[in-house]
Amino acid sequence: MTNRTNYRARQHLVGYLFISPWLIGFAAFTLWPFLQSIYLSFTRYNIVSPAKWVGLANYRMLLTQDPLFWHSAWVTIRFALISVPLAIVAGIALALLLNINVKGIAVFRTIFYLPSIVPTVATSVLFIWLLNANIGLINKMLALLGVTGPAWLKTAPWAFYSLILMALWGVGGSMVIYLAGLKDIPVHLYEAATLDGANAVRKMRHITLPMMTPVIFFNLVMGIIGAFQYFTQAYVMTPTGGPEDSTYFYSLYLYNRAWKYLDMGYASAMAWILFLIIILMTGIVFRSQKKWVHYGG
Amino acid sequence: MTSDSHAKLPIWTKVAVYAALIALSIPALLPLFWMVSTSLKTDKQIFGSAELSLKTLIPTPFTGHNYPAAMQNMPFLLYLRNTMVLCISSVIGAVASSSLVAYGFAKLQFPGRNTLFMLMIATMALPGQVTMIPIFSLFRAIGWYGTYLPLIVPAFTGSAYYVFLLTQFFRTLPAEMSEAANVDGASEWVIFTRLVLPLSKPALATCALFQFIGSWNDFLGPLLYVNDPAKYPLAYGLQQFVSHYGGFFAQLMAAATIFTLPIIILFFFAQKTFIQGIATTGGK
Repeated sequence: MTNRTNYRARQHLVGYLFISPWLIGFAAFTLWPFLQSIYLSFTRYNIVSPAKWVGLANYRMLLTQDPLFWHSAWVTIRFALISVPLAIVAGIALALLLNINVKGIAVFRTIFYLPSIVPTVATSVLFIWLLNANIGLINKMLALLGVTGPAWLKTAPWAFYSLILMALWGVGGSMVIYLAGLKDIPVHLYEAATLDGANAVRKMRHITLPMMTPVIFFNLVMGIIGAFQYFTQAYVMTPTGGPEDSTYFYSLYLYNRAWKYLDMGYASAMAWILFLIIILMTGIVFRSQKKWVHYGG
Repeated sequence: MTSDSHAKLPIWTKVAVYAALIALSIPALLPLFWMVSTSLKTDKQIFGSAELSLKTLIPTPFTGHNYPAAMQNMPFLLYLRNTMVLCISSVIGAVASSSLVAYGFAKLQFPGRNTLFMLMIATMALPGQVTMIPIFSLFRAIGWYGTYLPLIVPAFTGSAYYVFLLTQFFRTLPAEMSEAANVDGASEWVIFTRLVLPLSKPALATCALFQFIGSWNDFLGPLLYVNDPAKYPLAYGLQQFVSHYGGFFAQLMAAATIFTLPIIILFFFAQKTFIQGIATTGGK
């Protein structure tokens, strides 16, 4: 009996040993910082001297006296509201096109996927150049059509749209996921529909789109989370937040608060509000899935 | 074959499909083409001609001197070495630790296993901003600020994403295999290293590839922790180059090209691993 318990205990120990790297990492780099971050959000903390408890002061300041907080939150939410649906529509449209069996389609799949693997910093640098007001490629092309292009990164609404445009260029990343989703739709569904005399539009409406909803759902959730953490592109292309703060994204403001002004308590409060917004948004999306996401046949 | 596309298409549909494919290839490829083309131009070619034409699209004659010039303004080989140090150590760390953890979750029995696994999945939804500041102050307190350790050590604690991917893979391996080995008295460690790992090469390659690219591209990590220009990796060095030599477009594009090229080459060599990895994580 004791032998057996010993054996069992040993087996458990082996299990814990195998997952121990994650257990250590979880404690050190997730759980402890997570709790610490709650505490810091109630303090004034500049990293050099110890944190000083200030109660709700950071939150009160953020919500009532900091227009930049609201502004950057709005820039970020607007970015999510525009770029996420655009990316979904473009991603699906591309995937549908690339799912048609014609000769050489694999080459086109590679072509459309390519932009999404270009490193973020390289893409940002490239777009700074493409969007140059006087000699950038995009305005040169517009000039061919007789249109005078805007000073993209230097004027208020256009800087924001520049980043949307750039995000759209990388849509190939989600396209691959949609394509995989399309390939998973059983052929017999289409065959049955053909026998019933359904045309292409009806097949799309009643088979393809419903079967794709789990993949759309996945990309929607990832898109929202990604948009709220949007940082590198904004930092590289418009380090000061762009003209009239039009690209002053939430994460950029948070970074500046923490590392430029060493206002780490305040930035922690911002991080928590960000976290709550993400939970709220993904929560809404998760709740909505009963209404529109189809699982299984 | 797939969906309803195996039917023979009428010729006009085919023409329309090719027209759409070619039309859409232009915005996908033109920026990259322009990047390379700019990097081969002289300043006169860049700043001189206002109008866009076939002649300005392709540099005639082209010059190679932007590359050595960019490498002089930005110590490319040093940055490349730094990037490789970061990439290789985090790939080793991430693959070794994630496969260990995944084996534990996939094949071993211990109390709390499923709860811990769910907890690990949940951590993927936690935005980095929440933990960023305490982790920074922790690394600073133990004297790791300014070293590569904050960029490497966390990789050795298993990444939730790779653990998830590998757990899914390990579960597909037949249970009889390890049972037979167990009967023969082999320890879990032996089963893991001699049986499971060799069978899991494709999944391990996917993790290694993603981690390599992740480290190659990482910008926020070096931005927070690297303060010595001699330690800059490429991604950070390129951003610094923009802020100092923003107007030197030819050199800038040369630098961007040599920063991007290895990833594109890697992609062409490992295309299958790439696409499969993305498809498996996204689909289910």
